[in-house]
Amino acid sequence: MDLDSLYQEIILDHYKNPHHKGLREPFEAEVHHVNPTCGDEVTLRVHVADGVVEDVSYDAVGCSISQAAASVMTDLVIGKPVGEAMGIHGEFLALMQGKGTVEPDEDVLEDGIAFAGVAKFPSRVKCALLSWMAWKDATTRSLEANHG
Amino acid sequence: MAALESSLEGLLPELEVVRKDFPILERTLAGGHPLVYLDSANTSQKPQVVIDTMVDHLERHNANIARAMHQLGAESTEAFETARDRVAAFIHAPSRDEVVFTKNASEALNLAANTLAWPGPFQVGPGDEVVITEMEHHSNIVPWQLLTERTGATLRWFGITDDGHLDLSELDSLITERTKVVSLTWVSNMLGTVNPVARIAERAHQVGALVVVDASQAVPQLCVDVVASGADLLAFTGHKCVGPTGIGVLWGKAEVLDQLPPFLGGGEMIETVTMERSTYAPAPHKFEAGTPPIVEAVGLGAALDYLGHLGMDAVHTHEQAITGYALEALQTVPGLTVLGPLSAAERGGAISFELEGAHPHDVATVLDTRGIAVRAGHHCAKPAHARFGVQSSTRMSSYLYTTPEEIDALVEGLEYTRSYFKLG
Repeated sequence: MDLDSLYQEIILDHYKNPHHKGLREPFEAEVHHVNPTCGDEVTLRVHVADGVVEDVSYDAVGCSISQAAASVMTDLVIGKPVGEAMGIHGEFLALMQGKGTVEPDEDVLEDGIAFAGVAKFPSRVKCALLSWMAWKDATTRSLEANHG
Repeated sequence: MAALESSLEGLLPELEVVRKDFPILERTLAGGHPLVYLDSANTSQKPQVVIDTMVDHLERHNANIARAMHQLGAESTEAFETARDRVAAFIHAPSRDEVVFTKNASEALNLAANTLAWPGPFQVGPGDEVVITEMEHHSNIVPWQLLTERTGATLRWFGITDDGHLDLSELDSLITERTKVVSLTWVSNMLGTVNPVARIAERAHQVGALVVVDASQAVPQLCVDVVASGADLLAFTGHKCVGPTGIGVLWGKAEVLDQLPPFLGGGEMIETVTMERSTYAPAPHKFEAGTPPIVEAVGLGAALDYLGHLGMDAVHTHEQAITGYALEALQTVPGLTVLGPLSAAERGGAISFELEGAHPHDVATVLDTRGIAVRAGHHCAKPAHARFGVQSSTRMSSYLYTTPEEIDALVEGLEYTRSYFKLG
């Protein structure tokens, strides 16, 4: 097991200096997701306007992988139309569930390609997915709130 | 470090020979690293004799118990019931009929909490109180939350002092004439603390409360005498004391078990059944509905036999020696804080700690790449972590096969973790 394939410099950089961290207004939905096996937690807000993910803000505690994943995710989805952001989510999910066999597309996943090595550590995949799952949940709720 | 090792007293005699009883300890992991297994409070490894006994039972004696009218049925029944005798002897139970087999400690504790909801001399109802502690494993918290929520009773709990002990200054104010049940862990799975169960039981019995003890971490390490412990009901699991998973035990005083209603209904727990109603078998069978985990019980019997041959005094002395060595060695690591008592005499073999600047998952992953298995997370004790203001911790837990060299490997692994993450 190659530790450096897991802890890429990009991941450690995002861990030490997370982007878009903190809870902000406005938002349509706020969710709280936990990883029951390890206790990692994220509170995440999504602001969607005119079909575009205008902001994702969050407060999270957890390991380097879960914290860096949240930071990279916000870089990837903020400013994107919801449909495109959901597509990036799908791509990241496929990478994580690929057991190390999926070749990541840097044009789509940008810094997210650094997580390719995580897929080879089955116990850490859920760390990388926690904030993405929270984002998907909150975004779905934001859309419902907008249409409600 | 080498000088300290050679002078380390209290290790099991012929430790290297004992280690050969555990085939998994020969394993190497990715990168050719030998296994350093420091997760025994999670589950212990199994000696060859347990594995062989279970294989032999499946190969030569397999049949359902207590209902098969043939030779194999008789052999299987005898093996299963002999396991009950071995459990009774191991925990010094006055009677074999006081030993109920369950699937694990959680089921044993749920059996207790569930049956206490129904009419009978021990029934818990509105206005009654159930007292637990803040250092419990979730399996000794949630069943009591369910019981008190369902019955309108109130749940109360002992807090934890800064040095990781139960705050017994609240003993008389927490346990009152309203208290119907006091349920607590003997040895904490997170802090390692050994609790004064007999003292708390004495107070509980003064007010007529039932005492339930979670002995999951105690039975593997201590010489357990259920009567002397002060417990009325006591739960433990087989897989933490070199036995297989899927088998646990609820021990109960005969007069308590006799007065509790059945738990699960089904085959084997009845005396007779008509379409209108049923009457029930006496304990322990009253609480053992359905085909039990037969080969697992047989394996547990072999496991407790194995521990008996080593001698629980020797196992405990070994645990204390390794724990003392580990406490000292861990504190040489910069930025490392041990949670719980700092003296081996006050604790069991589980040591949870924080490493400043590195999350427990990251610590565990780095250690894992060096073949060192520890646990990282909340160890099913979220309230105890919250008490110390931490979300999770890293936990090393030793057992009778742990060597000082493995503790050295852990400490080196932690030093490497610090350098890998460039911590101060």
